[in-house]
Amino acid sequence: MRRGYSFYAQLGLTVLLCLFIVVPIVMSALAGVTVNIFKGVSSGLTLRWIFEVWDLYAQSILLSLWLAVACLVVTTLAGVPLAYVLVRRPNRLTRMFEEILTLPVAIPGLALALALLITYGGFGSFRSSWVFILIGHVLFTLPFMVRSVAAVMSAMDMKTLEEGAASLGAGFWHRFLHVIVPNAMPGILAGALMVVTLSIGEFNLTWMLHTPLTKTLPVGLADSYASMRLEIGSAYTLIFFVLIMPLLIAMQMLARPGKKRHTASQLAEDE
Amino acid sequence: MGLQHPGEGRSRPSFFQSFGASRSAMASPATFLALMTPGVAIIAAFFLIPLFLVAIKVTDGPDGWATYLVILTNGRYLESLIQTLVMSAGVTVVALILCGVVGMFLVRNQFAGRSILIGLLTLPLSFPGTVVGFMVIMLAGRQGVIGGISNALTGEKIVFAYDIAGLFIGYLYFSIPRVILAVMASAEKLDPQLEEAARSLGAPRWRVVRDVILPGLMPGLISSGAICFATAMGAFGTAFTLATDIDVLPMVIYTEFTRNANIAVAAALSIALGAITWMCLSAVRFFVGESADVTTRGGA
Repeated sequence: MRRGYSFYAQLGLTVLLCLFIVVPIVMSALAGVTVNIFKGVSSGLTLRWIFEVWDLYAQSILLSLWLAVACLVVTTLAGVPLAYVLVRRPNRLTRMFEEILTLPVAIPGLALALALLITYGGFGSFRSSWVFILIGHVLFTLPFMVRSVAAVMSAMDMKTLEEGAASLGAGFWHRFLHVIVPNAMPGILAGALMVVTLSIGEFNLTWMLHTPLTKTLPVGLADSYASMRLEIGSAYTLIFFVLIMPLLIAMQMLARPGKKRHTASQLAEDE
Repeated sequence: MGLQHPGEGRSRPSFFQSFGASRSAMASPATFLALMTPGVAIIAAFFLIPLFLVAIKVTDGPDGWATYLVILTNGRYLESLIQTLVMSAGVTVVALILCGVVGMFLVRNQFAGRSILIGLLTLPLSFPGTVVGFMVIMLAGRQGVIGGISNALTGEKIVFAYDIAGLFIGYLYFSIPRVILAVMASAEKLDPQLEEAARSLGAPRWRVVRDVILPGLMPGLISSGAICFATAMGAFGTAFTLATDIDVLPMVIYTEFTRNANIAVAAALSIALGAITWMCLSAVRFFVGESADVTTRGGA
């Protein structure tokens, strides 16, 4: 097939848009390892800024990782059973609850944080602990976990699976843990990646909820952009990219079309 | 990414066969209740109660219940609201046009490097707003690429990261991945044979676009536009990092709350902002259907 000027015009626009996205990422990554950005890359490359960032902000980076793990645990424990109920018992009440559940995503993080601060800001030790930030992150990420798991659950033939297991004498919790959860694993995995990525990058809520002792990675980033030299801000951004890229790539691989989820139907047929 | 299956994740009856046949495998109502308890407790304690208290808190303001209307009665807040609305709408339109063309192109053409281009375009999906702001500084700041190029060409450094153009660029930056994914999802559902039929009947290219492609893409464009608009309305980190003198609504809320300790007004403005974004997303979901899934909003 011969390709006309229109193909190349559209390709040109696509590449231009790509450059718009990628150039600043490359620039900041480069600036993070450049000796002096005002003189340019010709001044030499160094890891000095990376180490400096680690000295200054190791606490905030580690806190973010810890928060992401804690957030993942909470959203999995609360979200998977929720998804099960929403899929298995679709009635007016559960649908209304699902609507409420997704509200924290529809509302700007700033407003959500304000509500949390007004309600619980007075409880000193709670306010200044990392749990306070965790709550914000859980509110914001729980819908993503529930959606992702529910999508897989509603695609699998849960009724047949459960009946099969029940006819073999499995009680509810046994069925839930050994039949439902393993079959919903692709959804749990996709949700988990989403939750961790969002938690590590969350800023709008966290900026309002943090205290000087509970700074997260993005809070530290904002801090370094405002008060540190350009190289340090860039090096810190580079660390963020290195943390987040594998998660993003894993998500893209998982979401790739054509990778059908056969597990549920196969298991149903086996029985 | 939770995005590639629009409409799949919602529990609607159509997904399920009728239950009646055998209830034996159904858990008891008590079990269902136990399963929901952790989630319901979290939402109730940390979302519903705080929401209620914020709604009450507004009445502590100087004008009592009328504080709710402060966004319309106070000139400064109204101006900020209008600025934010115009800005978000503008970004949405530009993002839709760019991503509409590019998304359609990426779906309809197979060529080497295509999946890399898609991967790169959706990269910033979960960048926090602050990082997006920093990307704008890298692009159009004092040491930015654009300034460097213009300096080399004309001897004059073009810097616009810190004014309204910079903010616009930033909003566009975090909108592109969201919109492009949504456009591609709905473009994949279009039937290329319709276009071929139109073309074989002698329709010129622009008519194929206007009468066949655009109507088919429309639901996807509307829902991704709504998500884009709502995200832009609530975006805080980008404006915060760029520290522009343009007061977008989230920045005003932040300033009222932290610098002026004007909690009642901050609460009133937050409720107004939340109501706008929520209504915008719900309206689209109501009229267009499931595809306007808020969970594609992600970071920002």
